[in-house]
Amino acid sequence: MCTYQTATLNVRGSGKGGQGWFSLTDASVYFDHPVHAPQEHTLNLDFLNPGLGPSARVAVELDPESALALSEAIRSVLEASSGTS
Amino acid sequence: MRDDIRAETVSISGHAGDQIEAYLAQPLDQGSYGGVVVIHHMPGFDEWIKEVTRKFAAHGYLAICPNLYSREAPGAIPDDAAAAVRAKGGVPDDRLVGDVEGAAAQLRSLAASNGKVGVIGYCSGGRQAFLAACSLPFDAAVVCYGAFIVGEPPEGGPMKVTPLGHLAPQLSSPLLGLFGAEDRFPSPEHVAELERILRAQDKDFEFHTYPGAGHAFFATDRPSHRPEAAKEGWAEIWEFFGRHLSS
Repeated sequence: MCTYQTATLNVRGSGKGGQGWFSLTDASVYFDHPVHAPQEHTLNLDFLNPGLGPSARVAVELDPESALALSEAIRSVLEASSGTS
Repeated sequence: MRDDIRAETVSISGHAGDQIEAYLAQPLDQGSYGGVVVIHHMPGFDEWIKEVTRKFAAHGYLAICPNLYSREAPGAIPDDAAAAVRAKGGVPDDRLVGDVEGAAAQLRSLAASNGKVGVIGYCSGGRQAFLAACSLPFDAAVVCYGAFIVGEPPEGGPMKVTPLGHLAPQLSSPLLGLFGAEDRFPSPEHVAELERILRAQDKDFEFHTYPGAGHAFFATDRPSHRPEAAKEGWAEIWEFFGRHLSS
């Protein structure tokens, strides 16, 4: 399937791409065909800085179970860390 | 017929006169050939779509694939380009039509052209092939599992995709549609709805839906590849283009 289902958001942070570290400004989240992962469909994450060009990108393709586990792990770690600095 | 070809990256005049990148493949034997505009899938101007373009040339067609992501990501690797274009909402329909028009004009300008040109598109390019065939004069059009020709696209998000069923009266050529029975976008219900629309307009079309195949069954570099469906689909394409694009 070709869902076109895509979410985009602004983010702050840094990512490490092919040319080293760079600042992140945007992210895309979509469920579609992977480029590399051996599944027919994956949850795809792109961490981007369009101001630096299309190659300023950190890409991740996860099967749906892995994506959900990652999402829960992120939430769990952030909740456990709340109040700490 | 020999299958010797020449394939190269060229620059063509696209929408609004913009110079865009394209991949051109043509038979080496002197002769008069039909042309095929190949519209790439959403992953972009990648190795696979260039293989497809060369395949058309090896089968005796002048074939060209415009890089629809030329403007957003010149020189970028295909998956970075595809990600950049997706984040910006995809390829605007009017720009697509202009780029395909430029690609078709490039084919017709070649000395070996017999004047006939068809269009084929895969995945998002399937929808765009339908759009092009409803917007421009073609001699034949092939839609390979194009989603959202009919059916409601997802709400929200950056992707600007609208259904095209209302354009069916303007379809300029015979249409071949190749679909997977296991696909959800387009689903068999979407395909049936498009059939109803085309039949109501008395359009010349034929659809084939392959059991056991889902989306992107032609894509040899992906797990979605279904060799049997792809083999049968290619046979339909050769027969269809052979009938409509020969001298």
